[in-house]
Amino acid sequence: MARTLSAPVTVAFDYTRSTGPVLGRFLTGLRDGVVVGARTSSGTVVVPPPEYDPVTHQQTTDFVEVSPVGTVTSWSWVPEPVKGQPLDRPFAFALVTLDGADTPMLHAVDVASATDMSTGMRVQVRWAADRVGAMTDIEAFVPLREDAPAAPSPVGTEQAAPITGVVTPVSLDYTYAASPEESAFYRGLAEGRIVGQRCPACHKVYVPPRSACPSDGQPTSEEVELSHEGTVTTFCVVNVPFMGQKITPPYVSAYVLLDGADIAFLHLILDIPADEVRMGMRVKAVWKPEDEWGTTIENISHFSPTGDPDADYETYKNHL
Amino acid sequence: MRDVAVVGFAQRQMEEFDGSPTCVEMLVPLFAECYEQTGWTRKDVGFWCSGSSDYLAGRSFSFVQAVDAIGVTPPVNESHVEMDLAWAMYEAWIKIQTGEVDTALVYAFGKSSAGVLRRTLAMQLEPYTMTPLWPDTVSLAGLQARAGIDAGVWDETAMAEVVHRSLGDAERNEYAVRKGASSVEELLARPMYADPLRKHDCAPVTDGAAAIVLAAGDRARDVRDKPAWISGLAHNVDPMSMGTRDLTRSPSAAAAAAGADVDGVEVAELHAPFSHQELVLRRELGLADDVAINPSGGPLSGNPMFSAGGIRIGEAARKIWSGEAAKTLGHATSGPALQQNLVCTMEGRA
Repeated sequence: MARTLSAPVTVAFDYTRSTGPVLGRFLTGLRDGVVVGARTSSGTVVVPPPEYDPVTHQQTTDFVEVSPVGTVTSWSWVPEPVKGQPLDRPFAFALVTLDGADTPMLHAVDVASATDMSTGMRVQVRWAADRVGAMTDIEAFVPLREDAPAAPSPVGTEQAAPITGVVTPVSLDYTYAASPEESAFYRGLAEGRIVGQRCPACHKVYVPPRSACPSDGQPTSEEVELSHEGTVTTFCVVNVPFMGQKITPPYVSAYVLLDGADIAFLHLILDIPADEVRMGMRVKAVWKPEDEWGTTIENISHFSPTGDPDADYETYKNHL
Repeated sequence: MRDVAVVGFAQRQMEEFDGSPTCVEMLVPLFAECYEQTGWTRKDVGFWCSGSSDYLAGRSFSFVQAVDAIGVTPPVNESHVEMDLAWAMYEAWIKIQTGEVDTALVYAFGKSSAGVLRRTLAMQLEPYTMTPLWPDTVSLAGLQARAGIDAGVWDETAMAEVVHRSLGDAERNEYAVRKGASSVEELLARPMYADPLRKHDCAPVTDGAAAIVLAAGDRARDVRDKPAWISGLAHNVDPMSMGTRDLTRSPSAAAAAAGADVDGVEVAELHAPFSHQELVLRRELGLADDVAINPSGGPLSGNPMFSAGGIRIGEAARKIWSGEAAKTLGHATSGPALQQNLVCTMEGRA
């Protein structure tokens, strides 16, 4: 058995950013099939245009259209492309100085092998079929073919508004591992048990157990099996819908202090109208059928009122 | 300025940590080592500062969870940077300079293996024109390596010599995850990976954590006979764009070295995650040929994200504590292709 449990997790978010006038001009150009750079105060043409002049710190205003043809000034082979890169087969990342520019820009070069690459080689833009005003409107650079110079791309979007924003989807894949203590907790759940651990210094029982007592900084080690009944210490009526919500509002999220534990843990309260849930209410875990159990907190479907008299405030006032 | 010294250091490096990316499990024994070295308890620590990134952990607020490892009853004076340990140390050094505290414990952690590290690091790039292409760390370093080769500033043999020395020295480092001397010829005979880089030119993906203890004046003298007194500490940054700087140079490294006064350094621990970057740094820092470079094996033998720069400072401090050197240097880098650089010099004066 592995020391810890782990599972794949993907963290994804679409970053929406305003471009400002300078990068907006650059990205509008890409959408329209032209590469736009800017002349700095020292006279150099920089692509992509810097938002502010590196010397005077004034906003960039002197835009220059440069050629879609240029020269590779450095390159690095990508033998194992990662997700999201311009090409999903081996390619080169390169610095390319476009004709009319003084500094190189970073992009991909689409060739079959590293032997097709060399510093000084001439390349041209291969435009994406659908251009939206993003760096990826340049699909990649390809070796320049004298018989087929970089044709000006059809510009059907002249009437379209300038680009003012970009959406950059970010999606990162991880293998997320639980700590040994968390793993013990989830393995317990798979056996229908709720397992906490006790801090050797303050003797408080944590559930789920942690790798260190947050009060004392000491690892919790002694395992404590907890009751499936407990007391609602505080709660929240969820009325607001949100993406991914599994239960129709209103419903109640509550901190449940299991008998024998010192830290309450978060779960659902069901089988009772939301407006009747209260602090001190006694509840018990309602488990899903055993054949649906895994190493997950979802084995416990929810907590349900026991019908017993409410707990005295004194019994949980130190656990709020 | 107050006299501040490095008086404690602990580290862990491993190829793959099978625990939670909050790394509390690694930090608890690291802090215990720091208490052992200093004779302190956590209540003797005036300020805490950590370095980590949620992009690396793949979860939110991993640095808040990590605070569990301190134990915060009563509450502690605590901060965090999304930077290497060396910059967490910089913040703590400033905090001590203000006079508010006399001691600090700074720490950092990272589980690089949780995701695809070279891809995750694209999140540190310019988000309009770079991140959408997902330029991976290795490719960006490769562009820099080739720029130097093409310009005749270095060659593959010089790069292999850096690797050969590093992996040989790493044999004496119990924390190194890649080690083993061969020969320059044998290294050059190995296949290209990300042409012009071979795999051994790139630091190994490494999980780990590290902690450094700082103390001012008599608090430092109480801990060690030879505290590693910080004689210079400076950091500078270059533009992020790969196209508008000379990739064979690192003006920010030169500026940090000038700010930290590297004259007379005997040992330099350089945070160069790619072999050619050590060659850039030696030039920019103006290190003489007789300066011992990365006797620990350096980052080519282990490069735990967010700790590896601070580990360079810790390793350099140990040379002062042991009396092996009178003046040493620890360097840390951040960003693509040596974009940002920090230099810390330490002296063994009484």
